[in-house]
Amino acid sequence: MKLITAIIKPFKLDEVREALSLLGVQGMTVTEVKGYGRQKGHTEIYRGAEYAVSFLPKLKIEVAVKGEMAEAVIDAITAKAKTGQIGDGKIFVTPLEFVVRIRTGETDSDAL
Amino acid sequence: MRISNLTRIGLGAAACAAALLATANAAFAAAPPDPMNSGDTAWMITSSALVLMMTIPGLALFYGGMVRKKNVLATLAQSFGATCIITVLWMVIGYSVAFTTHPNAEINRYIGSFNYFMLGPMGLKSINPLAGTIPESVFMFFQMTFAIITPALIAGALADRMKFSAFMWFMSLWLLLVYCPIAHWVWGGGWLGTLGALDFAGGTVVHLNAGTAGLVTCLVLGPRVGLGNENMAPHNLVYSVIGASLLWVGWFGFNAGSADSAGYNAGMAAAATQIATASAAMSWMCVEWLVGKRPSVLGMISGAVAGLVAITPASGFVNAQGALVIGLTVGVVCYFAAVWVKQWIGYDDALDAWGVHGVGGAWGAMMTGAFAMKAINPSGAPNGGWLHDGNVHQMVIQFYDVAAVFVYCAVGTFIILKAIDWTIGLRVSSEIEVEGLDINLHGETVHG
Repeated sequence: MKLITAIIKPFKLDEVREALSLLGVQGMTVTEVKGYGRQKGHTEIYRGAEYAVSFLPKLKIEVAVKGEMAEAVIDAITAKAKTGQIGDGKIFVTPLEFVVRIRTGETDSDAL
Repeated sequence: MRISNLTRIGLGAAACAAALLATANAAFAAAPPDPMNSGDTAWMITSSALVLMMTIPGLALFYGGMVRKKNVLATLAQSFGATCIITVLWMVIGYSVAFTTHPNAEINRYIGSFNYFMLGPMGLKSINPLAGTIPESVFMFFQMTFAIITPALIAGALADRMKFSAFMWFMSLWLLLVYCPIAHWVWGGGWLGTLGALDFAGGTVVHLNAGTAGLVTCLVLGPRVGLGNENMAPHNLVYSVIGASLLWVGWFGFNAGSADSAGYNAGMAAAATQIATASAAMSWMCVEWLVGKRPSVLGMISGAVAGLVAITPASGFVNAQGALVIGLTVGVVCYFAAVWVKQWIGYDDALDAWGVHGVGGAWGAMMTGAFAMKAINPSGAPNGGWLHDGNVHQMVIQFYDVAAVFVYCAVGTFIILKAIDWTIGLRVSSEIEVEGLDINLHGETVHG
């Protein structure tokens, strides 16, 4: 099992979600986050006072999938979240040791 | 026969007329006609409520949106607190000092009487000769709303760093020692009004006055902790847009209400106000578009307020074309004052009380001298202004007005601030300033 964490541009969420649903992904968690990478930040100007905003708003998607699905999910996110501009985000993949569905007590791939 | 009949009828009619006249005369002798005009009164009560709306919630939201989130309640509390304490002080003695006549003519040049302490002599049918067709209760209330917003405007310069206790003392002392005398000089029968200074609704009395006090206050207080390093961007400009729009709407009470009546004068003042405000918003926006590449929302609403400020002394004296020029020029002037001059000199006028109200008020006062017209206000400006009536001397009088208000206000404000600083202290600790005024001064925070 893998936990796939993707940081994407907020406006790409719907496309990514649709693509993952088609792959059979049953659920995901989305969090509004802020961060910076190569895109750096931007500046805002209020009556001449300039402020550098170094953290830009992004979305963090977390999806837990069976090991064999991971590659398809990663491909789908990469395809759908891509604009080709700096700031498209990153995907982190980590091994997942154990999963429990709280309602039923099912574990591991039954719980995904 | 016919003739004699006619004569009889004529005689009868004459007798009747004589009897009617006698009755009428008797009635006049018993009770003179009531000078109160219900149309004027209705408009002036409406205007008073509109001007109150400018401070709460208009100014409160305008400023509240521009501060950081940790200080938004403290900023709202300043407008609300000022409204309440000034209402009471105006009732106790403020109105008396500003708008009644001192029995000694020499003293009356500078200050009114103390006879209206606690509004004692104000009865149901009292009328102040300064506004002869409305009840004095309404005139007192209308002027009260001006007395409220003027000190409240200063809060823009001291945002984020003054103790609430010090603020309330400052509002009280400044009202009585600075605002009331200046209002008397210009509007209450004092020396500047007698000299012929034209200030229809308060370009100098209200805006230059509050702006100058703001400049002195931010110099005495010093800059906010973290200025230049920390992000001090407005936390929610939506509030500021709502606030500026309420100011705009309320300003029709301010300017058209300053006619003290509902008629030609009020109508022209309202039209001039709308034209100048929109054109100033446009000109600020355009300068910003050219210089800073983008037309900002904060720029548009700042321009609108600058236009409202500059047309304040002129509305009621200028025509529509004059209003347009005043609006277009003040948008540029205040843009450079708030954006360039502030950075260049380096004072921390946090929300630009001086840059918009002080500079805009002074500009409007001078423009009033230039664009005032005898034809627009024959009784208020009998000599007219420079450009239309060739009365160059009006520019000199306007300059006296601006200089007198600036100097008196600056000195008075400085003394009051120093007195408060020596007694209870003006400024919060830097720990409180960094953590936020809302939680430390008021025990509340904005959630969500």
